[in-house]
Formats: sequence, C-alpha cells, structure tokens
Amino acid sequence: MTPQDLQAIRNIIARAKRWDAFFGVLGILALMVGVLTFMTLFVDMAIQGMGRIDVGFFTNFPSRHAGQAGILSAWVGTVLVMIVTGLAAVPLGVAAGVYLEEYAPKHWVTDLIEINITNLAGVPSIVYGLLALGLFVYQFGLGQSILSAGLTLALLILPVVIVATREAIRSIPQIIREGSYACGATNWQTVRDHILPYSSAGILTGVIIGMARAIGETAPIITIGALTFIAFLPPLPFAGEPPAGLFDWLFAPFTVMPIQMFNWTSRPEAAFQANAAAAGFILVLMTLAMNGAAIWLRYRLRKNITW
Amino acid sequence: MNIRVKMIATLVAAVGATAATGAYAQALVKIDGSSTVFPITEAVAEDFQKAKKGAVRVTVGISGTGGGFKKFCRGETDVSNASRPIVEKEMAACREAGIKYIELPIAFDALTVVMNPKNSFLKQITVAELKTMWEPGAQGKVTKWNQINPAWPDQNLKLYGPGADSGTFDYFTEAVVGKSKSSRGDFTASEDDNVLVQGVSRDVGGLGYFGFAYYFENKDKLKAVPVVNKKGVAVTPSLEAVMDGSYEPLSRPIFIYISAKSADKPEVKEFIEYYLKHGGKLAKEVKYVPLTDADYKHALDNFSKKKTGTAFGGHAEIGVKVADLLKRDPKE
Repeated sequence: MTPQDLQAIRNIIARAKRWDAFFGVLGILALMVGVLTFMTLFVDMAIQGMGRIDVGFFTNFPSRHAGQAGILSAWVGTVLVMIVTGLAAVPLGVAAGVYLEEYAPKHWVTDLIEINITNLAGVPSIVYGLLALGLFVYQFGLGQSILSAGLTLALLILPVVIVATREAIRSIPQIIREGSYACGATNWQTVRDHILPYSSAGILTGVIIGMARAIGETAPIITIGALTFIAFLPPLPFAGEPPAGLFDWLFAPFTVMPIQMFNWTSRPEAAFQANAAAAGFILVLMTLAMNGAAIWLRYRLRKNITW
Repeated sequence: MNIRVKMIATLVAAVGATAATGAYAQALVKIDGSSTVFPITEAVAEDFQKAKKGAVRVTVGISGTGGGFKKFCRGETDVSNASRPIVEKEMAACREAGIKYIELPIAFDALTVVMNPKNSFLKQITVAELKTMWEPGAQGKVTKWNQINPAWPDQNLKLYGPGADSGTFDYFTEAVVGKSKSSRGDFTASEDDNVLVQGVSRDVGGLGYFGFAYYFENKDKLKAVPVVNKKGVAVTPSLEAVMDGSYEPLSRPIFIYISAKSADKPEVKEFIEYYLKHGGKLAKEVKYVPLTDADYKHALDNFSKKKTGTAFGGHAEIGVKVADLLKRDPKE
C-alpha cells in the first residue's frame, strides 16, 4: 500500500468521524429541545408556586381566598380516578394484546382491527368524553362519578396499553413458545407461565405512558361533568352515618387536578396564579412518582427473568 | 366453583348492587352553569357548608350558562347559574321535561371597557362609538382610531373581547350593536379573560371588554374607559355607579335558577335563603355589584312564594331595573 492510499483511507475515516460527531451534536440538540422545555416549565412553576406549597395546600378544600385554597378534593379525585383507570385499562388492554398476538388468526379481519387500534390512539380526547357522556353517564346510569371518569380515561389509554402489550410480547423469542408447546403446554399455559411474565416489564412501560397521559386530561373529564367547586371527599367504605357501602366512593362527585388548575388560571386575582403553578408542580411530581414506581417495578420484574 | 371465581363474582355483584341502588344518600345541592356567576355561588357555597358544619354538601360546576341550562332542564341539577335570562329554546326544553323554575337576580356585573394605560386621548366613549367599532360592518374596515372619532389619532385599533360562547359577548353585542351575537369577527377573542387583560395591557392601541372583576384585579395594567350613558354623562364603572343605575347600558343583572322540585328539599331551601341573605356581601367580596337590600328581600319573598317562570319571556333586555324585574309576573 502506498502512502497516498493510506492518506486516502485516513481521509475517509476522518470524514466519517466528522459526520459521526456532527450527528452526535445534532442528537444532543434535539434532545435538549424537549428536556430544556420541560425543565424551564418545571422550574418556572416551582418558583411561582413554591411559596404556596405547605401542609395546608394538601389538606384544604378550594376556597375563594387564594391563601386558604387547597387541592384536597383535587388530588384525592385524581388518585381515585387513576386507580379506576388502571384497574379497568390494564386487564382489558393486556387481554386484548395477548389475544391479538397469541390467539388471533392472521388474516384481513385482524389487520383491520390492528389499524383501528392504532388509529384510536390518535382520536382527540374530547371524542372519548362525548362517547362516555352518552354511554357511561346516561346509558349505563353511572352518573357524573369517579367510576365514569375512570372508565372514560381507561378507554382513552386502551390503545396505548394494547400496542405496548403487543410490542412487549413480540420481543419474546419464538423459541420460548416452541419450547413450551413441545412440553405439551396449552396456549393459555404458555401465556400464563411464559409470555406474560417475560413481557410484563414492557407492558408496564406502556401502562405508565398511558396513565401519564390520562392524569393530565381535562377535556373528557369536564365533558362527563367533573365539578369545579367541591368541598368534600368521596365516602370512605363503611365510614360515616349512615355507613357508606364498600363501593360508594365510585359514585361520588369529584374534581381532578387539571380542572382545579384550569379554574385557578382563569381567575382575576393574581394570587390564584401562584396556586395554579403550585398545583401544576404537584401534578408533575405525581406523574414523576408514578414513573418512578414503574421503573422500580420493572427493575424488580426483570431481575426474576432468567432465560 | 373455584374460590377465585367466586370472589370475582361477589365483587361484580356488589358493584352492580351499589350501582343499582345508587346509595350515597347525603343532603347534596347540585349547581352548574355560568362561569361569570361561579365566583359568587362558590363563595356562598363555601360559607354555607362551613355554617352547616358539613351537614349539607354543595357542588358547583362551570358548564357555561347554556350548558348549565341543558343539565338543569334534564333535572340533573338543583340550581343553575346564568349570566343571562333563560332563552326560549331552554324554556321549551324545561317545559318538555316538566321542570319548573324560580328565577332570581342575585347581583350585577358591570361590563367594563378597558384601554391601555398609555392611551392618553380616550377620555370617554359613547355607545354609538362602540357600535362603530364593534358592529359586523366594521370588519376589515374600521382599523384606525380616527375612523371612529376624527378627534382621535391615526393609530391602529386593536380589539379584544370574549368568545362567542360567552354570555358577556351576548350582552355586550345586544347592548352596543343592538342584536345579540352580532359583532365583527376580526378581534382577538378568548374565553379566558386573563388573555384579554394581557392583550390590552401590551397593546397601546388596544381596547377590550370583560367583567368588572378582571378590571378591578388588574387596575395597575389597564384603564377603564368611562361610558357615556343615556343622560349624556360619562361614567366610570364602579360599585356605586352600578348600584345607582348611572353606569348603563353595560351593567347587567346575573341570575340563579332554582328547580321548583328541588326548592321543596330543605337543604336547597336553606341554601337559597342563605344565598339571598349573604349573597350581597359575598358578591362585593369577589368584586361583583350587589343588589339593594330591598331587592334581596323581594327576591326571597318571590322564592318563598314559589313564583315560577321567567320575567323576560325568552330574550334579553337592556337597562332593566332589578326592582321592576322582581315585581313582574313571571311566565313559564
């Protein structure tokens, strides 16, 4: 090899490395757009709202006095609605995903269903609100309740959960299924003992992405009739006089964090803007906590998998 | 049966049973409707629940006047907040559902015309000038201040106002243009009054209108324009000017509607009595203009006598006195 050839090769390598570095920088910039926007918003809310965050902010009901107003009914409402959403969306979504991947025959009907599910993920949330108003609130007579809201948001995140479940299941090597069948396991035994445990980490990620979307939703919840001013909590099971039933809280009127924030931002008094920022800060923390819990769970689940 | 299956069956049955009975029976007053009336009703609800030590629960939503009446005429709420009188379509809906209602004025809202504090030439404005500015024919044509009044400078005119779904928009157009919802479309519209406040406070040639409370809380950023009334006097909106009737035609009464069926319930009755007794003081606190004591008494009297129906006959009226309203024989 002549020195000229060597030089040419060096040039090619140098050029490739330049492009490599260039793309690295581009990637960082792209990443920063998202991260910095979030950080700016988050820090701005924190600075504006920090002064309002104390114990009273969590234990007080809304009030016309900005200094006494709190988010008790809002955060309790959000937590309860999220519980219902999770309990409804996870079994339905996972079951649907497992069916599509492991049971359903592959032909045009399943293709059609697939396309529809993917499209559903892009339907504006207000449409789900309108559907739920007709179906849950009036048709099923569930009323303007926590149950209606939870089910509405469950519908909203169902496509996300289904798609995530399918992706997680697809990443399991075919060899595992074949091994299971070879030992004489039925479809269901394979799903229960292998598919679900191995895909649970991926499913969990999808569930959390869905829940994080649901927790900030305002439009569908307003449509089905969440309230703006509510100064009492849903009844605890068996508490009160006469004692509430085990499931009475499901049918209680409620509000959620985004609605409380929205109400505060539209008020004339500047002091309420600080309340709104504080509530926003708490809402982001709630989402982060949910994500954190998911990451921890995922870590625990992964540890138990040994192929 | 497998134990797990049994458990699930019981759970489903229990949920079903609660859904069927709809347990959860505690005295509850359900209110929905206008976001303009919301602050007053919220204040009353807050104090009322404190006074009752939580024995009665009150919920207040903000579906807007129209949305509130929809629920009200389906029998879903006990009380409906309204920033305008009930209209014919809503009256028909209520009639069909057999819902009778009592109409009570509970305070005034003074629509306030605001300008940028740096605006030095605008000392007062007449309704005719407002009309030239806001009527549909002005769209795209009236864009400079001197087109409205030659004494004003050749400066860009930038308008801000509430969106078309708002009762404030309905009343302003009715009072200024002469026909409800008839307005030019090329202005910055927002349902959030804080957006309008921001707009006018940043725009030297800006002019906008919204409820008095938003002006009051932003006095440092905005100036109210005195509006010339029928007698030819330019009046700046204030508590006193609205109460003595000199700030017209832009002050309007706001209402609550109580379902006659609900009015029989002791908790609703108590709530309304509390409302009419303390509403004036609380309205003032949230920067609305209270009615006179005599008007509140008269309203309470109408409520006790269960005078159902509306005093308006399905359309808005400009410049009507509350005392006269309360004396009218309401129709359904």
